[in-house]
Amino acid sequence: MAKSSERPWVSALISAAVLGVFAVLGASLVGLTYVGTADRIAQSEREALYRQLNAVLPRDEYDNELLKDYIDIQVPRALGAAQTRVYRGRRQGERVALIFSPVIAQGYSGDIKLVIGIREDGRLSGVRVLSHQETPGLGDKIDAEKSPWILGFAGKSLDHPSEDQWKVKRDGGAFDQFTGATITPRGVVAAVKKALQYFRKAHEQLFEAPSQYEAPDHG
Amino acid sequence: MAEIDYRRIVSDGLWHNNQALVALLGLCPLMAVTNTLVNGLGLGLATTAVLLGSNVIVSAIRHWVRAEVRLPVFVMIIASLVTAVELVMHAWFHELYLILGIFIPLIVTNCTIIGRAEAFASRNPVAASALDGLSMGLGSTAVLVVLGGMREFIGQGTLFSGAHLLFGEAARHWELSLGDGYQGLLLAILPPGAFIGLGFLIAIKNILDKRSAQAARKAETLEAALTSPQ
Repeated sequence: MAKSSERPWVSALISAAVLGVFAVLGASLVGLTYVGTADRIAQSEREALYRQLNAVLPRDEYDNELLKDYIDIQVPRALGAAQTRVYRGRRQGERVALIFSPVIAQGYSGDIKLVIGIREDGRLSGVRVLSHQETPGLGDKIDAEKSPWILGFAGKSLDHPSEDQWKVKRDGGAFDQFTGATITPRGVVAAVKKALQYFRKAHEQLFEAPSQYEAPDHG
Repeated sequence: MAEIDYRRIVSDGLWHNNQALVALLGLCPLMAVTNTLVNGLGLGLATTAVLLGSNVIVSAIRHWVRAEVRLPVFVMIIASLVTAVELVMHAWFHELYLILGIFIPLIVTNCTIIGRAEAFASRNPVAASALDGLSMGLGSTAVLVVLGGMREFIGQGTLFSGAHLLFGEAARHWELSLGDGYQGLLLAILPPGAFIGLGFLIAIKNILDKRSAQAARKAETLEAALTSPQ
């Protein structure tokens, strides 16, 4: 409480000093916590990324360091995303599969981000949803946690089913839709088909291009 | 200084002045994240940690902070604590952190926290303020958990789904499910379900309070009748 004997500017200075001291203390608390958690956060993020990638390409099929063998490509017409990172899975130097993350499908309410793994021979190794805003209980069945629908892509390719069958059943194709939600699976099927077509055209370069990974600079 | 009634602090926090059911504070995150029990519990515990920390600090410095800058100082303390809690969750509860998303930094704007700092911690000793923060936090957490559990059970027919996000892989099998036959009531998961659910909880609390008040009155009159001279 400002005492009546204090001059106004003295009181203002003291108040400012108190505020300043607490700003420094608060910033120190945040800084210390950051230093204490930074390594652990980086590790959690790496683990989360590995979980995503291993969901579409089983861990025992490749033996290279996926997170260090990738290229970034900009083909929004084929993959829907402004930039997509392509991880290259290899086993003893032999090509195994490419993982595209993210590929964007058009859902009922906005973008659906997918991660898609395609084996060297053009068969899908897996598809998963990274994020979406589809209606709970209807369109969200594309999420592997809610329904096994998305697991059905594994093993499929542009020959099986044939290319013109890459539609939902309502459109005369081979893929199930959900009761009450056709637009969501239709968008996902179309996006996976486009990714497969892009793979057929470009996989040679995608496997061969030098990795864009750069070791972190500790300078 | 008046004697501090610790029992009263606890019962106010958990029931009589429950911040979610009586004060109706902090409802934005309450509505947004209570689509499952585990999400509600996660945000509730994070809020409780911040509330406990801010009450203790505000109480400890209450003699040094001048009245005219106390609110900015409180806000700075709360914001620093929330950022620290956010970093810790990001490090150790990564997936839950991603699910709760923007609602962790938004704990800063939860009126319960600045409200308790101003109304209680800035006028009471540290121990009482710590107990107040803990009780208020757990009271809100209980509402988050009950509402989350209700919405999850009615909406998708499960309980404890995603428990591994908070308790580790061993908790994966905790999930209870009504089975695939249950289609779920979509309304409960959508935002209106949160408003309706909270409305029911408030109504239930009011009914219980009325009952216990009536019972107390009855006991009083009975006692009066028994002790009155014949």
